[in-house]
Formats: sequence, structure tokens, C-alpha cells
Amino acid sequence: MKRTQLKQNQSTLLERIHIDGWLLLGLLVLMVVGLYTLYSASGQDMGQMERQFTRLGIAMGVMFVMAQVPPMAYRRLSTYAYIAGLLMLIAVLLFGDVGKGAQRWLDLKFVRFQPSELMKLAVPMMVAWYISKFTLPPKLMQIGIGFALVIVPTILIAKQPDLGTSLLIASSGIFAIFLAGMSWKLIGFVAALAGGFTPIMWFFLMQDYQKQRVTTFLNPESDPLGSGYHIIQSQIAIGSGGLEGKGWLQGTQSQLEFLPERHTDFIFAVFSEEFGLVGVLALLAIYLFIIIRGLIIANRAQDAYSKLLAGSITLTFFVYVFVNMGMVSGLLPVVGVPLPLVSFGGTSMVTLMAGFGILMAIGTQKRFLSR
Amino acid sequence: MARKRQAIRDHSAEANLFARRAVVSLLIVIAMLGIVVSNLYVLQVEKHDAYQTRSNGNRIKVLPIAPNRGLIYDRNGILLAENRPVFSLEIIPEEVDDLEATLDSLTSLMDITPEERENFQKTYRGQRRFKPITLRTQLSEQEVALFSAQQHHYDGVSVEARLSRYYPYGETLTHVLGYVAKINKKDLQKLVEAGQEANYAATYDIGKLGVEKYHEEELHGQVGYQQVEVNSQGRIIRTLSIDPPVPGKDIVLNIDLALQLAAKKSLNGQRGTVVVSSPQTGGVLAMYSSPSYDPNLFVHGISSKNYSALLNSPDRPLINRATQGQYPPASTIKPLLGLVGLEDGVITPKTTINDTGRYRLPNVKHVWRDWKKWGHGKVNVVRAVMQSCDTFYYDLAYKLGIDRISESMSEFGFGEYTGVDLYEESDANMPSRGWKRARFNQPWYIGDTIPVGIGQSYWTATPIQLNQAINTLINHGERYVPQIIMGFMGDQGEVIEEPLKTWRPIAVKEKKNWDLMLDAMHKVNHDEEGTGRRSFSDAPYQSGGKSGTAQLFSVAQNESYKEEEVSEHLRDNAMYVAFAPFEQPEVSVAVVVENAGGGSSNAAPVARQVIDFFFRERDFMDPDYVPPEQQGQEVGQ
Repeated sequence: MKRTQLKQNQSTLLERIHIDGWLLLGLLVLMVVGLYTLYSASGQDMGQMERQFTRLGIAMGVMFVMAQVPPMAYRRLSTYAYIAGLLMLIAVLLFGDVGKGAQRWLDLKFVRFQPSELMKLAVPMMVAWYISKFTLPPKLMQIGIGFALVIVPTILIAKQPDLGTSLLIASSGIFAIFLAGMSWKLIGFVAALAGGFTPIMWFFLMQDYQKQRVTTFLNPESDPLGSGYHIIQSQIAIGSGGLEGKGWLQGTQSQLEFLPERHTDFIFAVFSEEFGLVGVLALLAIYLFIIIRGLIIANRAQDAYSKLLAGSITLTFFVYVFVNMGMVSGLLPVVGVPLPLVSFGGTSMVTLMAGFGILMAIGTQKRFLSR
Repeated sequence: MARKRQAIRDHSAEANLFARRAVVSLLIVIAMLGIVVSNLYVLQVEKHDAYQTRSNGNRIKVLPIAPNRGLIYDRNGILLAENRPVFSLEIIPEEVDDLEATLDSLTSLMDITPEERENFQKTYRGQRRFKPITLRTQLSEQEVALFSAQQHHYDGVSVEARLSRYYPYGETLTHVLGYVAKINKKDLQKLVEAGQEANYAATYDIGKLGVEKYHEEELHGQVGYQQVEVNSQGRIIRTLSIDPPVPGKDIVLNIDLALQLAAKKSLNGQRGTVVVSSPQTGGVLAMYSSPSYDPNLFVHGISSKNYSALLNSPDRPLINRATQGQYPPASTIKPLLGLVGLEDGVITPKTTINDTGRYRLPNVKHVWRDWKKWGHGKVNVVRAVMQSCDTFYYDLAYKLGIDRISESMSEFGFGEYTGVDLYEESDANMPSRGWKRARFNQPWYIGDTIPVGIGQSYWTATPIQLNQAINTLINHGERYVPQIIMGFMGDQGEVIEEPLKTWRPIAVKEKKNWDLMLDAMHKVNHDEEGTGRRSFSDAPYQSGGKSGTAQLFSVAQNESYKEEEVSEHLRDNAMYVAFAPFEQPEVSVAVVVENAGGGSSNAAPVARQVIDFFFRERDFMDPDYVPPEQQGQEVGQ
């Protein structure tokens, strides 16, 4: 235990089990807030509460296990995870199960599995692995290959169709490249390229229902009882919450069931209605705290792979928050992105917590690396 | 750090680069959260009021509450039109798991007809979501009980109760009360024009006919409102506040149910009508038009088969013969014309003519015949009334001239609306020169005037006009508007009477002329030679009357009328007007029995029966009283 002696003041039980105390604190607070909100949003449904509680427990377990794995092992696993994920995505497109109108699931006899969830971690791992093989900042060639590594799974997932996940995966890879030090000139160029790509996406890649979502987003009042209903009711919920909110369990939009999907993707509207702008600022503070902690861990990491991966995981977490709040409040079109650790739902929560497990591994096991 | 790599990588430069990028990322994160917050600020602070309003608009609904319709009582406080709860089976299709299975199951439970099912499906297709649709109306109590016991098996199906009109005496009062039925497009348009659609927001039915229509405003009342909190499916969670409706006023009629039943019975199913009123007030005590029909059929929507049967019946049950039937008044107006002759000085009580059964004008070929082929001999005006001498009145008409007849008879209300409180009223026709010019573009000929003297020619009158005119004679020129409604029921059950309505009275020149004509009417009923003697001479009261036999068929000049040769619908109408007691009359009656033949033998017994009943009821309140002398005897033979 030489390290313990070197950094005696930080040597705690949590450190010994590779758990980052600050990050854990932030996540726990968020989960508690999430459970309270879900209790209200589900209409005091104890069955849902139990299921969510179980999921959170499982997710915490996954996080704990992931935190024990040395970052070096993740680095070695990167390519295998990526290739396996890619093959499974193709398999999904060919033989996948259809659930809720989208082909996302792969039936492995003993377990049904969403390969896109694996890719949420595999893509930033792969990009970080590839970029960190070379000196930073990356060269144009490396950036090009990096983007290719991102775009292929993004398109495969967008084809399922799952716009929300493909957006999250694309951004996780792009964040790794950005953090690696891609030049600002090139960033400008790529941004322009992406702008040019938009119409292609509209005409060739997006499904009708996705296009509908965008049109609705641009003018929800055009079909207030149809496709615009979600966003209008959501905005009414948020707006009527006001500064201080209507109070826990007092939101009429949610309690009287005017708000659709109130316990899943639109749970932020329930929170805003009941806790108001003040509550929202507090919630944002928790998220910001977790993000800052994540960036600190990334910055303290001692090798490029860990830095890029930790940074990417943290910023992707932010994308969840931003896209969800943006779509619920009418800033962005409705894509299926949950409010992390608050929305009801299992798969993405486990993936998220697995990501935080990796983050904790990076944050607490760096000295093993330096040996 | 691995020393191998440190040789080829500037580790601290990379770390610095990453640190800068991390800080830039954090700034971008904060900026983007700033965008989120500013957007939320706009929603939650700047536009808060607007969204608050919309949120309340979502959850708070103001629901109208229908006022209870006013009840209708007869003059003795018997309920004639009541509100009964009716139960209907309603389904919210969106709340039913398997609609077809549920319908099948309900069908086996209470015999839902294929027609009801079809109607349900039709409504379902064109209906807004989450609105209840009626599968069956007017559930029997048994069906309600049956369903209630099974209700837990039927999510989304419920039995709803509301009040609906019921007329316990059915066809007896249809032409008086009328009926209510579902508000249709036309009614709605009228309500919109009257600015009343909000008041009817929760109301199902509206008065379509009779008192129900005429007094719709008072009967309906004022709508109430409740503020309720609803969920997204429109289901009421709780009531926030209530502004109760003001129920409609209860109406008390002048109609006497027992007398009405007696009037109905006296007609014995013949086509015709009986109008009974109080000469002292003009109040309508009974008004029966035969044939009638069951108004309850219309309340829940009459089937088209039933409706077309009513509409196409040759007996025309839909018409209120008392107020819409236009009959030549025939000899019933003889006392009135006689009065005009006396008042104008055209004749005196002593003026006589010699009736040979034929009347001719100088230089006119046409012969007007008396109903008595050989004539009545020497007659003055009283005898002319008593024996209903036509010739005297041909001569009187000739002497008065059409202008004077038309003018004076208009004063008695002929050709004018009586003002009875029903919209179903005809003004019939009092002919005049101007009328004939306008109607036929022909001048008035002297030959037209002669039959007017016996209430024929173009002259038509409704029974209620006749009754009103006789009342005017009884009252020496005072003219009352016939009123079906007596007043409104007060809070303590007292009747707040409506003020009596009158028309401008007829100026009396000589009161003794009026008395003479009334006396002549008394002779009609009680003199040995009176035409009504067979019906009234044995009455336990003194009365006045006048018969009339209205020709509907013109007999050629040299032929005589043979009843059996004329088709039934062209046979004479039997008519009778009467009042009693002779001194200070309390009741007056006008009777028409269509195509029954002579008035004195066919309409007078009806009048007698009704007046008898009036006095019997006054004394004994016994609706099944039949005068012994008429037992087993056909009425109207």
C-alpha cells in the first residue's frame, strides 16, 4: 500500500473500492430527486416505483463492477467491443425484433439485447483508442478515420430507426475527437459540411415519422390535438409551473393526465410544473455538478485514452440532459432521449451508470497505470 | 508513465491541450444550459400567466346544468305534464376493451335490437372521442336493475338518468298541452336568433306545440352552471363550484281535466271538437279535438312509420279542430246577426216575414231554400232564431248588406284571431268585398250576401271563435280573450293568476236587443218549438243554445239533399253552441261534429252532456256521470 502513504489524506474506504465520492454523491442526489418526481409522475404507482428502484440498484451494481476494471483493460477491449457492436447492429437490421415500430432488439435466446446501448460506450472507446494511438492533436487523416468510426454505427442506428440514440452516439464520438484537439478551422469546416448534410438527411435518411416530429417542432400549434399535442401540453405544464411550481403532487397537467409520456421522456415537464423555475435551477445545478466532476476526472487522468474517454462520457451525459430538456420545453424536436437517471426506464439507465463506472475507474485507478 | 512513449509524445502539451478543450467544453455546456434556462424563464416567468390560463382551461370545465321544466296542472291541481326520470344505456367506446363483445353481451342481457346497434355504430363513427353514446333509451326499471347488478363486468358502459316529459293523460290533452321533443336544427336556429342558445346548453327538449310551445319561456327556466375539474379524458374529478339553475315556472291551466275527459267522452270517437269556456273570464275549461293522438310518442322521437300514419290519416288527428278547424258557422250565428239587425234598426222585434220555404231576390233567378221545405210561415226574429228559419235571415242579410255584416261580425271576432294562448290558431274567414276582390279578383255580388245570412257562403269560423262570439253576446259586448292558462304556481302552492285579457268591447245601443237574442237562445233549448228542445227541455237547469247544420255540399237548384247519396266527408257538419245557467251563465260550449248531419240532433246532445257534466262535477266531482235519459242511447245519431 505505497500509494496510500503517498496520498494519505485521500485514502478512504471509497477510494479503496474505486468509487469517486463526489460523483457518487451527485448521482445519489439525482436519483432521489428522480424517484420523488417519478412518484408524482406515475400517479403514485408503487409498482412503478419498485421497478425503478430495482433498476437503479442494478445500475448501481453495474457501475460498481465497471469501476473495478482497470482503464487499461477498457483500452484493450475497445476494438473488440466496437467490432462486436457493429456486427450486432448489422444483425439487428437483418434479423432484429421489432418493438414499438423500430428494429432495435437482438434476441440472443437467453436475453434480449439492444446493441445500440453497447455502442454508446463502444464508440467513444474506439475513437479514444484510435486517436490516442497518435500524438495529439490528431492529424487530418486520423480525424477522418475517427469520423468514419462514428458515422457508420450512427447511420446503422438511425436506420433502425432510433434518432435519439444515434444522436447520442454521434456526439460521444465527436466529443472524443474534439477533446483530442481537432483544430478550430477544421471544426468550422466540419460544421459547414454537417449543415450541407442536413438536406440529404431529410430526403434520404429520415423516416416520415421523424420528419413529422421536426415539422411539429417548428409549429406545434398546427395540429394541437394530433402531433403537436405532446409539446403543447408539455409547454403548458412547464409554463404553468411558474417560478415556484405548483408543489409536489399538485401539478394538474400531470396528475390529471393531460401530459403524455409523463413518467418517461416528458418527466422534466412534470418536474418543472411541480417545482417551478427554482426547482429546475436546482436540478440543473446537480447535473452541472456531475458534469464538472466528470470533466475534473477526465482532466486528471494521466493518459490520453482515459482523458478522451472520460471527457466523452461526461459530455454525452450532458447531451442527454440538454436534448431532453430542449425537446420537452420546445427548443428541439422530439427525439426519444430520456432525462438521465430521472425518467422511468431501464436500458439506458444501466448504460449510463456503466459509463459512470468507467469514469470512476479512470478517476480512482490512475496510479495503477503509472506503475 | 511509460518512458518509451514519453520520448515520442509531449505529454504536458497534450495535457494542456486537453485541459483547454475541457474548459471550452465546460463553457459550451454552461452556455447551452443558459439557453435552456432562458427558454424556461420565458415559459415559466414571462408567459406564465398565459400558460396558467391554458392549464386551467385544460382542467376546469364549465358545464351547464339543465333547469327542471315547469310542471303543468289543471285548475284543480291535477298534474297534466310531469318530469320523469328516464334511463338510457350509454357507452364510451374508448373505455371499452372489446366493443363488439360488449355489445353482444349487452344484447343478450337486454335484447338490444339490431336497429339500436346500427344507430349506435352510426353515431360512433361520426363522434368525438371519449363522448358517451346512447345505445338504448327508455330502459325499463327491470333493465336498469339487471344492468346495475352486472355493471362491474362492463367498463365504459353506464346507465344515465335524466328527466324527461311525460303526459299521464296521453291523447286527452294533446291539442291543449302539445308536447316537447328533442331540440332540432330549426329550433336551435331560432334559439340562436333569440340569443337563448346558452340558456338551452344543457336542455334536451323544447316545446313543439300547444301550451308547451306557447309558454316555453316560462316553463323552461334558467340554465345553471357547475365548474368541474376534469382529467384529460374529460372525466369529472370533482366539482369546484355550482351556480344552480332556476327551474321553470309551474303552470296552472283553466282546463278542468274531468270536464276535458267528459268532452272527449261526449264526442264518442266521432270527428269533431268541443270547446268549453267560462263566459265570466274567457278561461278555456275544456278543449278536445277528435281524433287525437298520444303526445308521449313524440317526446322520445316518434318513429317515421307512426308519424306518417298520423300525417296521412284522412281523419287528420294532427289538427286542433277547436282552434284550427275552419267550419262554416251556419245557423249558430243567427242570434248575432239578429242582434246586429236590431241594433242597426234594420229590423225590430216585431218585424216579420212570411216564410214559404223559398227566398228570391227581385230580378234574380236563383232560389234560396229554407231547410224546412214548406217554410216556417210567419216569423219574427225570435222565432227565426228559435226555429232556425233561414228565409228570415236571407232577408236580413239582404237588408244589412255585406259591408255591415262583415264589419259587425269582425267586431264579434270572426275573421280575427281570438288571441287564445296557442300558436296553433287560424283566423278563418269573414268574407267582405275587399276579401273577394283580393282572393278571386271578382266583385261582390248580391247573391253572395244572401247565404252569409245563414253563416254559409265564404264564411268560415273556428269553434273557439264561435265560443268567444257567444260569450260576447252573453256579456253584452264585453269581450274576453280565451285563455288556457290560469296562472303560475307560487312558492306556497298558491296560484298567481294571470290578469284577464280583453278585446275592445262592442258598443251596446239597446241592452234589450241583447237580452232578446239571449232569450231567443233560451227558447231554442226550452221552448216547445225550439230546435234544441229534445236535448235540453228536460235539463235540470235553464240554458241557451243554437244549432247549426253546415252544408259542405251544394245541392243543385232543383234537387234536394239526400244524406245517403252523399259521401261521408261531404255530409253536413253538426254544430251547436250553448250556455248555462241562463241567468248568469257559468259555462258556454261550442260543439262541432263533422259530417254527422243536423246540428240539433247530433251536436246538441254532445253539448248537453258536457254542460250536464259541468254541473254534476261542480256538485259531485264525478267524472263518469251519465244522465239517465241518455243511457244506452247513441250519441250523435
